[in-house]
Amino acid sequence: MRSPFNKTPVELPGFWKEYEIEASKKLPPELESNSFVVLDTETTGFSFQRDRMLSIGALTLKNGVMEVNNSLELYLKQERFDHSTVKIHGLLKKETKTCVTEYEAMRQLLAYVKNSVIVGHHTHFDISMINKALKRQGLPELLNRSLDTALLYPKSLIKSPLRSQKDHYTLDDLAEAFDISLKDRHTALGDAYITAIAFLGIIGRLQKKENLSLNSLFKLNTI
Amino acid sequence: MQNLISERVADFLKNYPPFNEMLEKDLGSLSEEVSIIYKEKGSDIFSEGEAPHPHFYVVHKGAVSLNRKDTDEIMDICDEGDIFGLRPLMANENYKLDASAFEESILYAIPIASFRPFAQTYEEVSNFLIESFASNTRNPYAKRSSGRLLSDTKNTTTLSQGSGLLDLQAVKIKKKLVSCTPQTDAGTVARLMTRKKVGSVLVVNEDFLPLGIITDKDLRNTIVTGKLPVSATAENIMTTPVITYPEKLTVTQAQMAMMKNDIGHICLTEDGTPNTKAVGIISKHDVMLAVGNNPAVLMKEIKWAKKIKQIRSIRKSVMMLLKAYLEDNIPMSITMQVISELNDACVKQLISIALKKMPSEPPVGFSWVAMGSQGRGEQLLHTDQDNAIIFEDVEEERLPEVTNYFLELARRVTKGLRTIGYEYCPADMMASNPKWCLSLTEWKNLVSHWIINPGKDEVLLSSIFFDYNHTYGDRSLVNALADHIFDSVKKYPIFYMHLASGALQNPSPTGFFRQFLLEQDGQYKDFFDLKRRALMPLTDGARVLILSHQIKSINNTAKRYEKLAELEPNNREFFLSCSYATKALLKFRAKQGILHNDSGRFIALETLTKEEKIKLKRTFKTIKELQELISVRFKVSNILG
Repeated sequence: MRSPFNKTPVELPGFWKEYEIEASKKLPPELESNSFVVLDTETTGFSFQRDRMLSIGALTLKNGVMEVNNSLELYLKQERFDHSTVKIHGLLKKETKTCVTEYEAMRQLLAYVKNSVIVGHHTHFDISMINKALKRQGLPELLNRSLDTALLYPKSLIKSPLRSQKDHYTLDDLAEAFDISLKDRHTALGDAYITAIAFLGIIGRLQKKENLSLNSLFKLNTI
Repeated sequence: MQNLISERVADFLKNYPPFNEMLEKDLGSLSEEVSIIYKEKGSDIFSEGEAPHPHFYVVHKGAVSLNRKDTDEIMDICDEGDIFGLRPLMANENYKLDASAFEESILYAIPIASFRPFAQTYEEVSNFLIESFASNTRNPYAKRSSGRLLSDTKNTTTLSQGSGLLDLQAVKIKKKLVSCTPQTDAGTVARLMTRKKVGSVLVVNEDFLPLGIITDKDLRNTIVTGKLPVSATAENIMTTPVITYPEKLTVTQAQMAMMKNDIGHICLTEDGTPNTKAVGIISKHDVMLAVGNNPAVLMKEIKWAKKIKQIRSIRKSVMMLLKAYLEDNIPMSITMQVISELNDACVKQLISIALKKMPSEPPVGFSWVAMGSQGRGEQLLHTDQDNAIIFEDVEEERLPEVTNYFLELARRVTKGLRTIGYEYCPADMMASNPKWCLSLTEWKNLVSHWIINPGKDEVLLSSIFFDYNHTYGDRSLVNALADHIFDSVKKYPIFYMHLASGALQNPSPTGFFRQFLLEQDGQYKDFFDLKRRALMPLTDGARVLILSHQIKSINNTAKRYEKLAELEPNNREFFLSCSYATKALLKFRAKQGILHNDSGRFIALETLTKEEKIKLKRTFKTIKELQELISVRFKVSNILG
């Protein structure tokens, strides 16, 4: 009889191993050579324990270029449905979009992100949601480094006693500042698109101040 | 796979030719292949001689300029929905122009491989391409919205050609000459004119020498009246001799020639005689279009504008006018006046458009106030917007509702201002900021606070705010506030001292050895900060001096000095030199700004000529004297010590 304390390591699936190899590659120091995956999730709520992801949208940016056909849009099958979020997300349970299982969604997501830097607005939330899903599927957490436009945006603004700094910038604030249309707001891919354009704008502004490397960007990614 | 992003792309493209001709399904699949590219202002997209990229571009947001490398002349500016970089792909040749982001831009790159099949299957698309490639010039009759593929060729008439001043500017000629032989029959001529959408055809011999011209009028007089049959040949219908002029013709010359000869068309030949090859035709209509670049016409256009986008294109003409004025050395005071009137009219029109779009009428009267350089009537280039709203006092319980109304209005107006080229104020000094959208009483309280507690920020704020100018709405509100400011300042004369010391805070333009002092760090390291080191001491000085004389309603710095010269006859010479220095520096800044498409604030010294440097230094002497005068007059040392 096997002792319950003597856990044999679970064999991880092949796609995880592939991802692990990819993700452990060293990132180039220059911004231009890195790829950034801008990502957003729509969820049933804000609880990491109770709530589930409804959809994931992601785009890849490389050297200021975003390819439309190289995007990821995943809708996840739900066991449970929380009516409180129907309105805001506009995703019905019987959505005509083809839904995938959480496991399949994670497989596709990992294959998509590889060793890219993950960018999002309040990335911490999205990454935690994904990590919870990974855990439910018996997989380890994401290995990618991440950047948050909510943290980077204030760094791109000028410091002036005349300017009242807000302590919190929503994605709507960013869309307003960078003149991005709010079409498709509150869909995962739509929000990812807004975040991506805003991210490019922020980098542009920051680059005016200093010669930006990937590392200096990570240093700015704090409160 | 179609996704939200490709839908977004398709949604945009379907508004512009040739994509508007395509079926939704096809446009959808084309959109999936698109790459979205972000370009920082000033960054290159492709350059002359470079091998063609696998895709062509559509401007989604911002603007792209196409330049000639050798002369650095701007050939064309592509706006939202314009296509560029397609011709070299179709012709399989290298790029003939440089393309760079004129503003911060988002571009759609469309792969030629995915586009080509549609160019073949859709007749409309291929026609569009052929037509725009065939005629090397922009059809003056074509609507603004029609795409401009032609912009990739070197032959397009350059934008700067329209830069000469009004009457003296060169006429844009139709380079693609529509011509026929003397033996062509009238029916063919008429069809040719219809197809080419022109009002005249030049009749030329085999050496391309002009023999005569056929206009709509000739066809009417000879064929339609039945005098001659439709089979009559061109030589029998045409008007001869052709009035010819050399290629370099100004608008005035063209007008004179037409009046003198009582004709509507002029033929241009290589040397101006009928014995050399014909190169183009100018019609009355072309002359009218050229004259369109004058303040009166622009003013009318602004007042007719019904959409913010229309104002945006008018603002471009205003910039061309400014450039022409600067090049032709028109006195700076006139230039400033004309350009600020036009800018002012743009803003007024924009506000009235925004007001119409509001769900209801304004609950109470209000005044839209321009601050800073705009308020001083010194704004020549597109700079940041600084503005505020003053509205009538309301009962306290209505205040939040009324404030919200004006904030919403301000939000729309500031957004519109951004669309027409005024960047958002980096310090958020805009009416859409709840701090600068207040009732008259709230404003009075705020201003009193600044005057009574003149800290560093308060002095800075009042210096920006005291150069305000009424733009739209109820002027009496602005006057009421102005009266309040003067009353308060009278009670607290110490405020002058603070304002004066603020005016002396600006760093000096030159060092001990009279060398230029350059910026030490940041993006503009080793540049000369013209605004902070030279213009601000002058504007700040003028403000405190004029306020101490209790003069209101003069906001323009140069005018303030002129007024001071009048008020203080013993300092007359000196104040006039201040006025001169201000104008010289503003002109300098505007020229630099146009040259580099920025605010003209930072100057790379090595790009200046010796003469320009001497001119600059001469104004510095005046600045230094001004600062001494202020420091003595307001006893600034008292509070500094």
